[in-house]
Amino acid sequence: MLSKRIIPCLDVRDGKTTKGIRFKDNRDIGDPVEMARSYYEQGADEIVFYDITASSDRRDIMIDVVRRVAEEIFIPFSVGGGVRTLEDMRTVLLAGAEKVSVNTAAVLNPPIISDGATAFGSQCIVLGMDVKKVKATNAIPSGYEIVIHGGRTFTGIDALAWAQKAQELGAGEICLNSIDADGLQQGYELELTPLISENVTIPVIASGGAGNIDHMYDVLTKGKADAALIASIVHYGTYTIKQIKEDLRARGVKVRLTW
Amino acid sequence: MIAIIDYKAGNLASVARALNHLGFECQITSDANTIKGAERVIFPGVGSAGQSMQDLQKMGLDRAIHDLYESGKPFLGICLGAQIILEESEENQTTCLQLLAGTVKRFSIPLHSGDGSALKVPHMGWNEVALKRIHPVFKGVTPGCEFYFVHSYYPAPTNTDTIIGTTDYGITFTSVLGSRNLIAVQFHPEKSGLPGLTVLKNFCSWDGKDEAFA
Repeated sequence: MLSKRIIPCLDVRDGKTTKGIRFKDNRDIGDPVEMARSYYEQGADEIVFYDITASSDRRDIMIDVVRRVAEEIFIPFSVGGGVRTLEDMRTVLLAGAEKVSVNTAAVLNPPIISDGATAFGSQCIVLGMDVKKVKATNAIPSGYEIVIHGGRTFTGIDALAWAQKAQELGAGEICLNSIDADGLQQGYELELTPLISENVTIPVIASGGAGNIDHMYDVLTKGKADAALIASIVHYGTYTIKQIKEDLRARGVKVRLTW
Repeated sequence: MIAIIDYKAGNLASVARALNHLGFECQITSDANTIKGAERVIFPGVGSAGQSMQDLQKMGLDRAIHDLYESGKPFLGICLGAQIILEESEENQTTCLQLLAGTVKRFSIPLHSGDGSALKVPHMGWNEVALKRIHPVFKGVTPGCEFYFVHSYYPAPTNTDTIIGTTDYGITFTSVLGSRNLIAVQFHPEKSGLPGLTVLKNFCSWDGKDEAFA
């Protein structure tokens, strides 16, 4: 039986790992290559990198990080942030990433999903969705709206409709970020996550809000998530990945424990 | 030298990086003579069966792969490379390389786990491989340990002697298969952490002999 995946997420700015709250107030917390290696050794199932470098002329730093990670880490890892074109995707994948995620670029230009899936295979293309809870309306029947530009711009697009459209276009997986929950460590969004996960056939990674193992247990069971993204609770040493997995296994969640 | 067959299918560099990490030299190539001259060969692949078979034929590599199988040299198929060694695939209704008897099938939706919950396709993530018999390439791999999979189609060999390992995902499918000097894995050893690296390392020192086919 397939294991639920535990995926540490590293936000990288100018080659350094950083962490913010609700996408703001970031501070640097370490070297992404060393952190990734440590998570790999602790039993992470996958690693996610988001390049939040503001200026595009410093993207080469990120590609160098990707290359160094690929040389020593032999589990899948994905890279997102600032991926706008097929060429950007190619650069990231050739540098050694298994997957590439698109977020704002996919909202502004949905064919990038289908073009990427055709060129590199659906399994490479992750749709990152940043979502905020809003009042349900005719235009946003689910009551969850897609926001872009790192949470600054509302799009008027319904989150569920967008998830289904992205699947049709060929996305291989969805990484579902709740902006309301991000960095607060108060738990994942437990209404939004099952709503999306039960209405698509591709895997859904829940992101935003992990503060303890109860939160992870909830999102992987009630929340119907296929994987849980974590950041603060491992970056600040609250738990190791092994502790998280042993605890989840003890509660009956199938996770990978032997490696 | 270890040759990695390049037929434009997916991220071959990750296999090369894993071999380099283990201290083995390898060459990514689409040249039939280089493949013929190699000591052992890896046949990876991500992509669709139809397109890949067309590319292999266009490059004359289908013949090279048949010769390789006949030569007795150690030969490792990965992912799509564990599928198109069979006779035909449901993906694009493709006639495949026909090294082993059997077909390639798609996971049919709806697919349910033992507790009744709906399973997703592709089968993406870490899952166990239950070995049906001993094989030198799996020496030292802890029983019950997991490997990284990502696929929507699976190998269904008909000759049970060629089934080396199986995995459960709604159904039980063959995740490791082989015969004589050929071993093929549906998972990605290059992305499966230490157990995956162990499989690759074992392959790199394997003499190509399989007791079951002695």
